[in-house]
Amino acid sequence: MLAMDYRGPYRVRIENKPIPEILHPEDAIVRVTRSCICGSDLHLYHGMVPDTRVGMTFGHEFTGIVEEVGPEVRNLKVGDHVLVPFNIACGKCTFCKQGLFGNCHESNSEATAVGGIFGYSHTAGGYDGGQAEYVRVPYADVGPTVIPSTMDVDDAVLLTDVVPTGYQAAEMGGIQPGDTVVIFGAGPIGIMAARCAWLFGAGRVIVIDHLEYRLDFARQYGPAEVYNFRSIEDPVYFIKKITDSLGADVCIDAVGGDAAGSLFHSILGTKLKWEAGAATALHWAINSVKKGGIVSIVGVYGPTGNMIPIGNVVNKGITIRANQASVKRLLPRLIEHIEAGRIRPKDLITHRVPLEEIADAYHIFSAKLDGCIKPVLVPPSFRG
Amino acid sequence: MEQNRIDPTTVLGWGVDANPQNNPTYPMRDISRDTKGGLDWQRPALQPQTVELLQSTEHNRRTAVFGTSSPPRGVSGAIRRRAFHASEGKWSHWLMLLAADRIDVVEGIGEDLVHGKIPNIPAEMGLPSEVRHNLSGLLTKVAVAGAVGFLVAAVVRRNRHEPNMLPDQWPQTYVPGENRGALAAERSPRF
Repeated sequence: MLAMDYRGPYRVRIENKPIPEILHPEDAIVRVTRSCICGSDLHLYHGMVPDTRVGMTFGHEFTGIVEEVGPEVRNLKVGDHVLVPFNIACGKCTFCKQGLFGNCHESNSEATAVGGIFGYSHTAGGYDGGQAEYVRVPYADVGPTVIPSTMDVDDAVLLTDVVPTGYQAAEMGGIQPGDTVVIFGAGPIGIMAARCAWLFGAGRVIVIDHLEYRLDFARQYGPAEVYNFRSIEDPVYFIKKITDSLGADVCIDAVGGDAAGSLFHSILGTKLKWEAGAATALHWAINSVKKGGIVSIVGVYGPTGNMIPIGNVVNKGITIRANQASVKRLLPRLIEHIEAGRIRPKDLITHRVPLEEIADAYHIFSAKLDGCIKPVLVPPSFRG
Repeated sequence: MEQNRIDPTTVLGWGVDANPQNNPTYPMRDISRDTKGGLDWQRPALQPQTVELLQSTEHNRRTAVFGTSSPPRGVSGAIRRRAFHASEGKWSHWLMLLAADRIDVVEGIGEDLVHGKIPNIPAEMGLPSEVRHNLSGLLTKVAVAGAVGFLVAAVVRRNRHEPNMLPDQWPQTYVPGENRGALAAERSPRF
């Protein structure tokens, strides 16, 4: 089968690899119909996540048709077209029972700091991912969900990560009616968080980034007030000024370790790897939120450490909420939102790329070329 | 500078998920479904181990399922095994893994060559898409890199040759102190 093959930082290619096999009674083998490149894949692509091994296949956002199931799979059958949440979750451990499907304790032997994730380094379990023609899907009765017959597959593939992560970012913000919500990052997650902030009753939604084409998109899609931090120079000062010096009620970090905006953090975090990524957006979020406010983090950082103003967290009485999205928990409500037209996920897709051209797709997304917001990979057998 | 405010009531779906109970600044933990006795849940069946698996020291048992992609190999694998002697709380654990990742890249190129495959690194880095979508940027980068390379080469070449010049080869316009290379030769004659 064709599969993405990681060769080192900024280097990927397409390879022929063996079709995966059932290795556990609760496994399924899925033939991929769509897969995405996620912004967090770029952290792997840039060599920022420890234990990212040459030869691995990335990809944690995918849909596919069930080709084979293990003997203990009850809820899926061959031929089902499913969307597969990016978390690998057993459904039985104490965390899964509490709805924390992103924190499963039975899916990642190599770290306790994160649950298993498809195609996301050995730090997240060493599973090959969905940027391929076939994928092995563990715990097939827990995560995979049959795509409703009325739903477009391009909407469904974004339900595996982008929509739930954006929604949970807003949910973790504990948004109260009328709140001012500031979102750092106008990537797919930030744009989706802006859209979802309204669902929770936000009174004002502001998006900060430096890429004009993405800000233009966020302005329309959110909708949102958008500001380019290159123009306003100091985002923290700016947000204080437009909130009567109080700060925002809720700040969301939808960027993670690849943030621009601070030479200091960029050198230490992304070039020298002395920080677990550039924590610029998180720094701004902590300093921009009001006293007693909430900072919600869905941006991805590495496992080592970052320099952030933790003293300000204490002195301002800030609550920090963060997690990998619990996709399975959120899916029923999100499907309702899509069916009601409140969320239109596929509008985010700007590029549909043949799987064979994966190196170009990664480069276009990484270098922010050609107005790219969300690239989707299409395997050869599912191209019209 | 400040943009016009958006009227929330004009946004489709505004407030449909509003939940005043979700206010984490006054946290109340729901322990109703928490476990009381540690790892006391009924475990899934255990995946047979068919490849080498490195296990965090912070786990007291292997998880029921695990990935089988790219088992440890070569020098990078040895470093990874060593890294897993330290807990996730140690920086050395992660720094060794990052070092192993870089060595793994070199091993990957070696593996390609052993299999008679010369990796097409420009294509793997997406150069064709750079040509298609950012040709001027690419040319600028090439020009800057070329200029820097030329300067570095010129400096290296100058420092390499001038100290070896004999006094009768010095430029006739030579002024002591003006040319550091020649001055060095004057202070440390090689004849």
